[in-house]
Amino acid sequence: MSLSITLRVEARDVELELTVPAGETVAVMGPNGAGKSTVLEVAAGVVPADPGRVVVGGRDVTTVPTHRRGVGLLAQDPLLLPHLSVLDNVAFGPRSSGAGRRRSREVARTWLERVGLADLADRRPASLSGGQAQRVAIARALAAEPEVLLLDEPIAALDVTVVPEIRHLLRDVLADRTAVVVTHDVLDALSLADRVVVVEDGRLVEAGPTTDVLARPRSAFGARVAGLNLVRGLFHDGAVQASLVVVGESSEPIPEGAAAVAVFSPAAVAVHLRAPGGSPRNTWPATVRSLEPLGDRIRVRTDLVAADVTPSAVADLALAPGVEVVLAVKATEVALHPA
Amino acid sequence: MTLPRWVLAPAALGALLVLLPLAAMIGRVDWADFWTLVSSDSSREALVLSLRTSAAATLACVVLGVPMALVLARTEFPGQTVLRSLVLLPLVLPPVVGGIALLYTFGRRGLLGGTFEALGVQIAFSTTAVVLAQTFVALPFLVLSLEGTLRSADPRHETVAATLGAGPTTVLRRVTLPLVLPGLASATILSFARALGEFGATLTFAGSLQGTTRTLPLEIYLQRETDPDAAVALSLVLVVVAVVVIALVRRPRGGAL
Amino acid sequence: MLRTASVAAALLLVLAGCSSDPDDETLTVFAAASLKGTFTELADQFENDHPGVTVELSFAGSSDLVAQIQNGAPADVLAAADTTTMDQAGDLVVDPVDFATNVLQIATPPDDPAGVTSLQDLARPGTQVVVCAPAVPCGSATVALEKAAGVDLRPVSEEQSVTDVLNKVISGEADAGLVYVTDVRSAGDAVRGVELPESSQVVNTYPIATVADSPQAGLAQKFVDLVTDPTGQAVLADAGFGAPPS
Repeated sequence: MSLSITLRVEARDVELELTVPAGETVAVMGPNGAGKSTVLEVAAGVVPADPGRVVVGGRDVTTVPTHRRGVGLLAQDPLLLPHLSVLDNVAFGPRSSGAGRRRSREVARTWLERVGLADLADRRPASLSGGQAQRVAIARALAAEPEVLLLDEPIAALDVTVVPEIRHLLRDVLADRTAVVVTHDVLDALSLADRVVVVEDGRLVEAGPTTDVLARPRSAFGARVAGLNLVRGLFHDGAVQASLVVVGESSEPIPEGAAAVAVFSPAAVAVHLRAPGGSPRNTWPATVRSLEPLGDRIRVRTDLVAADVTPSAVADLALAPGVEVVLAVKATEVALHPA
Repeated sequence: MTLPRWVLAPAALGALLVLLPLAAMIGRVDWADFWTLVSSDSSREALVLSLRTSAAATLACVVLGVPMALVLARTEFPGQTVLRSLVLLPLVLPPVVGGIALLYTFGRRGLLGGTFEALGVQIAFSTTAVVLAQTFVALPFLVLSLEGTLRSADPRHETVAATLGAGPTTVLRRVTLPLVLPGLASATILSFARALGEFGATLTFAGSLQGTTRTLPLEIYLQRETDPDAAVALSLVLVVVAVVVIALVRRPRGGAL
Repeated sequence: MLRTASVAAALLLVLAGCSSDPDDETLTVFAAASLKGTFTELADQFENDHPGVTVELSFAGSSDLVAQIQNGAPADVLAAADTTTMDQAGDLVVDPVDFATNVLQIATPPDDPAGVTSLQDLARPGTQVVVCAPAVPCGSATVALEKAAGVDLRPVSEEQSVTDVLNKVISGEADAGLVYVTDVRSAGDAVRGVELPESSQVVNTYPIATVADSPQAGLAQKFVDLVTDPTGQAVLADAGFGAPPS
C-alpha cells in the first residue's frame, strides 16, 4: 500500500506533496510549527486536504471519513481509553470493523504477545507505566490492520529509560509497512525511516534517503539538527565496518552482521598531523578537501568525515585542501544504531 | 495561596445565611407527629408523584440534553453563541414566566395545543404537563454542565478511535460518552434535583390536583394554608431528598462511579 | 470583627429599605388579595382625607397575612377574606367587625366552549373545571356550595388561590372555574360570569380589625371606620361585594 498526499491548507499556510512507496517509512522533520502535524491530520482525515488529494494504495480517500481510510494513528501520548481494559483497548479496532467480541479479543491477545505485554491484558490503562502504555498503543494501532501507519512523535513523551526498547519495537513493526513518522529526533529518523523529508514554513524543502539528508543537509533545519557524521556499514565485533572501521556504543543490541550506522558529531572529531598518543579507539588517515567557516568554528571536510576545529587550530596545523591528516574520535562519542 | 483573613468573615456570614434558615426550620419540626404528618395520603401521593415526574423529566433531559450538549460543544455554526444563551434562558427566567410561556405553547389555546387536541392528547392539567414544566427548567442544567465536561475532554481520543475504524456513532457510544460519564452522572442528578424542586412553572402551567399534578413543593405550599406543621415536616422531607441528591453528585468526583 | 459584622448588618437593613421619616405617618394595612381594587381606592381616599398620612397596602392570602402578623410584621389593620382566618389571629387583633360579603360565581371564557349555565353543567364528564383547593377559603366555600347544591364536581385542578383559578379560565385552559363574583366583575370582558341561585347559602363574610400592637391605634380605627361607613360600602358594592350581615 503506497500513500500519496497533495495538500494545501490555507488557514495554516501549508502546501506540499508527499509520496510514500509501499512498504517504506518516511520521516517528516522540521522545526516546530512548520506544518509537520498538518501532514498527518490531512492523511488521517481530521483536516481536509482543501484542495488536494489523499491516495492510499491507489484509492482516492480525499473525501472518505477517517474511520474508513485504513490509516492508523500513533500519537505522542498513548491515548488509551481509560474505561477499557488493556485487552479491550487493543480489541477496539477489530471490534469497530465488525468482528465479534471473542474474535476481537483473540486478535488483541496476539498483538499484546507481539509487544510483550500479554500478561497485562486485564489491567486498566491507569495502572501501566508510560512505556507499557505506548506498547499497548502500538499493539492497538496495529490490531486495526491499517494500510498506512501515521506516527506523531511516537517516542518524544517517553521516559529516556524506555526509549531504546520502544524504538526497537517500532523498527520491528515498521519493517515492511507503509508509514509516516513525524519527528524532530535524528535518531528516530535514522532508525525508523528509509527516507526523510524536511518541512519548513509549510513547504517541503528537502527529501531523500535518510543518511543522505542527515549527513549532507541542504536545508537550514537539516543543517541545524543534522550535519552529523554518518557511517553506514555492517556490524561486526562491536564496530560498524565500512571503508573505515568505527568503534562506538550502542543503545540497543545489534545482531552480528546486521546493517548499522555510526553517528557522531563533527565537534567530536579531533584533527592531528600524525597519529596521536593516548587511546582514542578510532583513528583514520584522511585528506582535507575543504574548509568552511561555521560560526566561531571551521568545518574541515575530508575524504572520510567532517571535523569542527577552532580557527587557531587551523593556523597551527596549517590546514588546507590536500593536507594529509589523522582524524581521531573517542568511542564514547560515537553512537551505533541498527539501520 | 494564602487567603487574607478578612475573607473568612463574609464567607462565614454567607454560610450562616444558607444554614441558619435550614436549622431554624428543622427546629420547628413537630417530631411527635412527624410520621403522621408526612405519611398522610396527600403527602405520600405528592412525594411519589414528585419522584415519578422528576425521574421522567430527568430521562427527557438526558434524551434531549445530551445531543444538545454535543451539538454545542462539538460543532460550530453561525448564531451558536446566541442559540446557547437562548437555550440556557430558563436558568435565569423566573419559573412563573416559564409556566406562562409553556401555557402559550402547549395549553389548549396555545401554539401547539390545537395540534395535540386533534391527536387526542390533552396536556393541560395532566401529569405530562408537570413533566414538561420540570423538563423545561431542568434541561439547561444538564446541557450547561455536560457541555463544560465535553469541552474539557480530550478530543484526541475520538480521533484515535476513528483511525481504529470506529464510525461516529461507535465513537460516541464507546468513547465520548464513557469518557464524560462522571460529568453526565452529576449533570443528570443536578437536573433531577432541579426538577424535584420545580414549583412556579408547574403551578402556572399544570395546575394542582392530588395524585395528578400536585407535586411535593405544591403540596407544601398548600399545606401551609391550613397546617403549617405539615408544611414544615414535608419541607424537611424535601430537604433530606435534596441532601441525598447532593451527596450523589459529590461522590463521582472522587473517581469511578 | 464584631464591628465589621454590625456595620454589615446595618448596611443590609438600609439596603432592605427600612428607613423612616418622622414627619409622616404611615398606616400599614394588610388585606386579603380579593380586596386589592377596592382597598387601593379607599386608601387613596384615606390619604386625601388625612394629609401627611401614607397608607401602605399589603395584599396576600388571608392566612399568609395572619402568619406574618403572628411573626411580628408591623401591620396596623387587618382585613381578612373569611371569619375563620380572622379567628386564627386571636388576641393579635381588636374587635373584628364584618364589613362585606362575597359569593361564588361560575366564570367561563367569553366564548363559553362548554356551554355552562348552571352548577350541574360543571359535573358533566369532559368539562374541565378548576376550583380552589379545599384548604384555602374559596375552596372550603366551593365544597360547601357543592354540598348545598347536591352536586359532586370532579375538578381537573384544585388551585392555591382564586387568582390561579381565574387565570386558568382566562387563558382558556379550563372550561369553567368557581370564583367570587367580585373576581368576575374585576376581570371585565376576559371572563363571562354565571350567577348561581345556590350561592346565597354559602356566603363568605369579610371581617376587618385593628391590630393590637399597632402604635397608631387611633389612625387604624379611622381606616376601619372608612371601610364600614357608607363611603366604603359604596366602593365595595361597586366591586360586587354584598353588604355585611346585619
